[in-house]
Amino acid sequence: METPTATSQSRMSKMLTGDALQRLLALGALVILFMFFSSISEPFRTYENFTSILVATAVNGVLAMGVTFVIITGGIDLSVGTTMTLCSVVLGLVVTKMGLPLWLGLPAALAAGALIGMLNGVLIAKAKLPPFIATLGMLNVARGLAQILSDVRPIYFEGNPEFYSSFMGKTLFGIPNVVFIMFGAAVLASLVLTKTVLGRYTFALGSNEEATRLSGVNVDAWKIAVYGVSGLFAGLAGILIASRMTSAQPSVGLGYELDAIAAAVIGGTSLSGGEGSIVGTVIGAFIISTLTIGLSITGVPDQWKLVITGLVVIAAVWLDILRRRRRA
Amino acid sequence: MRNSRIFGVVAGAMSLALVVAACSGGATPAPGGDNPYIAIVSKGSQHQFWQAVQKGATDEAAAKGATITYEGPASESEVDKQLTMLQTALDKKPAAICFAALDSKAATPLLEKAKAAGIPVVGFDSGVDSDIPVTTVSTDNIAAAGEAADKMAELIGEAGKVAVIVHDQTSQTGTTRRDGFVNRMAEAYPNIEVVAVEYGAGDPVKSADLAKAIMTANPDLKGFFGGNEGSAKGVLNALKEAGKEGAIVAIGYDSGQQQIDAIRSGVMAGAITQNPVGIGAKCVEAALDAIAGKTLEKNIDTGYFYYDKTNIDNPEIQAVLYQ
Repeated sequence: METPTATSQSRMSKMLTGDALQRLLALGALVILFMFFSSISEPFRTYENFTSILVATAVNGVLAMGVTFVIITGGIDLSVGTTMTLCSVVLGLVVTKMGLPLWLGLPAALAAGALIGMLNGVLIAKAKLPPFIATLGMLNVARGLAQILSDVRPIYFEGNPEFYSSFMGKTLFGIPNVVFIMFGAAVLASLVLTKTVLGRYTFALGSNEEATRLSGVNVDAWKIAVYGVSGLFAGLAGILIASRMTSAQPSVGLGYELDAIAAAVIGGTSLSGGEGSIVGTVIGAFIISTLTIGLSITGVPDQWKLVITGLVVIAAVWLDILRRRRRA
Repeated sequence: MRNSRIFGVVAGAMSLALVVAACSGGATPAPGGDNPYIAIVSKGSQHQFWQAVQKGATDEAAAKGATITYEGPASESEVDKQLTMLQTALDKKPAAICFAALDSKAATPLLEKAKAAGIPVVGFDSGVDSDIPVTTVSTDNIAAAGEAADKMAELIGEAGKVAVIVHDQTSQTGTTRRDGFVNRMAEAYPNIEVVAVEYGAGDPVKSADLAKAIMTANPDLKGFFGGNEGSAKGVLNALKEAGKEGAIVAIGYDSGQQQIDAIRSGVMAGAITQNPVGIGAKCVEAALDAIAGKTLEKNIDTGYFYYDKTNIDNPEIQAVLYQ
């Protein structure tokens, strides 16, 4: 015999133990960080600095969205940072060396990313490599290819001034377009994750892959698609980072995968799979950039910045484990 | 069936490795031969600075009749990879070794081995902090960064706030350039305040975010010193994004297309350039002298230049800049 109060209570506790709680905590942490830095530093609370934080979030935010899909399936993608590099090099080659227009270079970069991602997917789904190993190998393959294609030299987008202006130009409220692109990508990613078959199977793979397979789903194909999505977002990140540098830099990108994974985890995406959200990931990416810039503006030495950012990641994962244990 | 397929894949991958190795075999000649073999282990291979050093070494070796190999780890934090390279170089029994240590202490046991085997070691760039090297071929980074400080002071009227972005605080080039700049300011210009020193790992985007944060915290900032190519690019990106190109004096280090363009257009006031081609050439020259048993000076300074709009096209500057 269940009383209505008990039902609403159990629904309440269900909500608060789900990833919604972690998302709420992450948002709370972001607000507290903002209030903290704003109260101790006058320059931090300027509009100018607000836009700096938005811009600093864009590349990592987009990378982290793709990684979120993969982590929800219970996998990992270590190759996104250098895939991003490779895609920016592809973009550079198409528009400079081949002299083709920008509107051809952009899809080429995205396609290169999706291709690398799907290769990861094939290695994981068909060849049964553990995701950690497959994408670790791909990290080096993509990095090497980026260096081969660029001849280990930066490619400058000379003669393409519209490239910088269309991405870093300011069309609304003095905020560069890359920020709007990040939010656009977030809305799209969120819709795909929550409203489409791909999204549904992403969660299903992470919750119980065997059950998903037994219910007649072509698990391999969807896995390949999910890693393809991760590569696609790396391609978009490649375009954004190239626009900020007005060049494709073959030596930049290694290590970006760790910030992307950290953003997803801080935002409540569980490394054991089956849980996560794009909103949380974007909040996670904002926490990282707010911390970096806030600590920098307030003059905290570099070595302490590293310690503090590391502790935040540990705390986020620890909270995730605590709330899991309570539920179990 | 399954096993044989896996075997096929592995065999395929291995034969690819063999083919690639065979194709690049020309770059790693067998030791011995007629020419003395000099193994050069540098701090990096990807930055164009290191490629310019390689060019200087290769040209000098061709002119003087020496065989060289040149390698370095992908990034300047991979101390362990560099040690493996040094070990491999020793195994090839070279006539001399040129070495730019990422971490001098970590390399000491291997250098002792070289000494015991009678292989002369020539230090270059940040050099090797021990008495084993017969000489060290390098830029005086303290003096060079000090000159950047002098130019900065002159350009901002010897008063106001300036900031420094360097690559890291763990390498010798990072610390000597930072200290060279900061100490010169403290000694000679009491009215100039260095308000921030940030470390951007030589990443042009991360350095830009740091530079923007410094500008936000110090709206009256008058100058930026970027302590290597990536840091200088970061400063330029930040000025562009903040719309402060030309409003803040920027001084860079080394060259590369972006800095050269910025100096020509006036966005960057000027930059310190080392002489990477000269470092490579002097390295090979010193190694050959050591092989021939000549005594060498303890330090060979390859010099530096401050270049700006006015002298960028001088032949002596053009010779040391890289795109």
